[in-house]
Amino acid sequence: MDLVKPIPRPSTTTRPFWDGLNERKVQIQRCDACDSWVFYPRTRCPSCLSDLLIWREVSGQGVLYTYTLARQPTAPHFADETPQQLAVVELDEGVRMTSTLVNVEPSDIVIGMRLQPYFDQVTDDVTLLRYQPG
Amino acid sequence: MGLRGQAAIVGFAEFKHERKYNGPRLFTIEQWSELTAMALDDAGLQLADVNGIACTDIRESGMFTPATIVEYLGQPVNFAERIDLGGASSVGMVWRAAAAIELGIADVVVCATPALPIPSNPEPRAIDPRRFFQSSSNEWGSPQAEFEIPYGNLAQNCGYAMIAQRYGAQYGYNEAAMAKLVVDQRQNGALNPLAAFYGKPTTAEEVLASKMIADPLRMLEIVMPVAGGGAVVVASCEVAERCRHRPVRITGFGEHLTVKTPTYAKDMCDTPVGPASRQAFTMAGLEPGDINAAEIYDCYTITVLLTLEDAGFCAKGEGQRFIMDSGMTHDGNFPLNTHGGQLGMGQAGAAGGMTQVVEAARQIMGRAEDRQVSACDNVYVSGTGGIMSEQAALILQGG
Repeated sequence: MDLVKPIPRPSTTTRPFWDGLNERKVQIQRCDACDSWVFYPRTRCPSCLSDLLIWREVSGQGVLYTYTLARQPTAPHFADETPQQLAVVELDEGVRMTSTLVNVEPSDIVIGMRLQPYFDQVTDDVTLLRYQPG
Repeated sequence: MGLRGQAAIVGFAEFKHERKYNGPRLFTIEQWSELTAMALDDAGLQLADVNGIACTDIRESGMFTPATIVEYLGQPVNFAERIDLGGASSVGMVWRAAAAIELGIADVVVCATPALPIPSNPEPRAIDPRRFFQSSSNEWGSPQAEFEIPYGNLAQNCGYAMIAQRYGAQYGYNEAAMAKLVVDQRQNGALNPLAAFYGKPTTAEEVLASKMIADPLRMLEIVMPVAGGGAVVVASCEVAERCRHRPVRITGFGEHLTVKTPTYAKDMCDTPVGPASRQAFTMAGLEPGDINAAEIYDCYTITVLLTLEDAGFCAKGEGQRFIMDSGMTHDGNFPLNTHGGQLGMGQAGAAGGMTQVVEAARQIMGRAEDRQVSACDNVYVSGTGGIMSEQAALILQGG
């Protein structure tokens, strides 16, 4: 079986996020009704259900909320990344996202460390938002 | 609000849990028949008494599951639920059955979770690529397909590992406490003839020397997949009076769901079992200190640690000290997972959570033999589905 790594397939709702990454920008939604940041992209705010969601560019910087080193591939597609440095990143705006850590040795990973975006263009159309110390 | 304790578990059945199953291969609906026959016989009831079922998926059909099962059993019902709560399904079945009985919709409900291997298909299908993504959905439009799977965040181990790692950063991580939890449970499991680890206790050294799977979780802190399955019969107290065993009344329950992926949990270390358990205790009019045995869903050690804290058996951040200071074998001062838990039984898919329900009933009925907890009247049971995604709790009391 041909194990092509799974890549995101953007929808109308989520496309601005992925388009932003292709331009090396991090854009997330902000709710104009209740002033909260939203991730992942939605049609309505998960705090107040308003549809007044506006795309805003943010720095993309944040801190490491948690991580693990997956010593066994989580799926065969990721065997080349073992140990996978899976991470949850809390952006300075407060929202969290799932990512992987790059340009860091496992022994240097500390929860709470500052992180900055690493734009990983995986295909012509898709850039993944990985994170590195910063 | 809630139950009045007028429904009870009156019988149960359990297949032996085995890593290598060499018994006859049966379809899920056939296993449903076996478990139903065993559990009704245990209770002293007949098929004709049954008027409700609660089920999870069956392998033979993707939809119309309850109708398929009742047709196969040959028994019409007034109440049928298919529960989609992963490891919390068994707890979810029992309280739904109790609620239906108290509403007067049914008075005998069979709740079953068969999980033996089915016969091999003479026309094997091509491998479905979705199987690689296990409990994460890679379907078009799924948030997991778009924001989790491309980064490799899928299956269960890593989600639980990241919760454990976060716990360590907030409260400190004591490997020795996690190892002791496994050792005490395996001690119980070693006394359980239906457990995969029957006669096989372990040591803290062995746990800490086992392979690191996803930091900080080691192999022996993670359930081993096995074949198995179990069932309980829930009945009204009127029916319970003519059954064989001491009725196990369902006096409290709670259920709480938050997120599919823990990345989006408000606080990863504040788990849904907290609100679920508080509701269950309030409904039953009991406190955690009134509990004689706790049967806590244990897919991983971290699940037990967080449940001990969030259900109120000890304070937040004190769980590891509580584990070190407590005797958690069946004869200890805090009997926990007296059947070995799933760490001792092995995990038979969605049937894993049923082992906790069955053991609670067994203890209250006084049928746990070598591992019987003395004077066991009040038992707490929890179930956990997904990655602390959906959790449920029961308070069971001897009638």
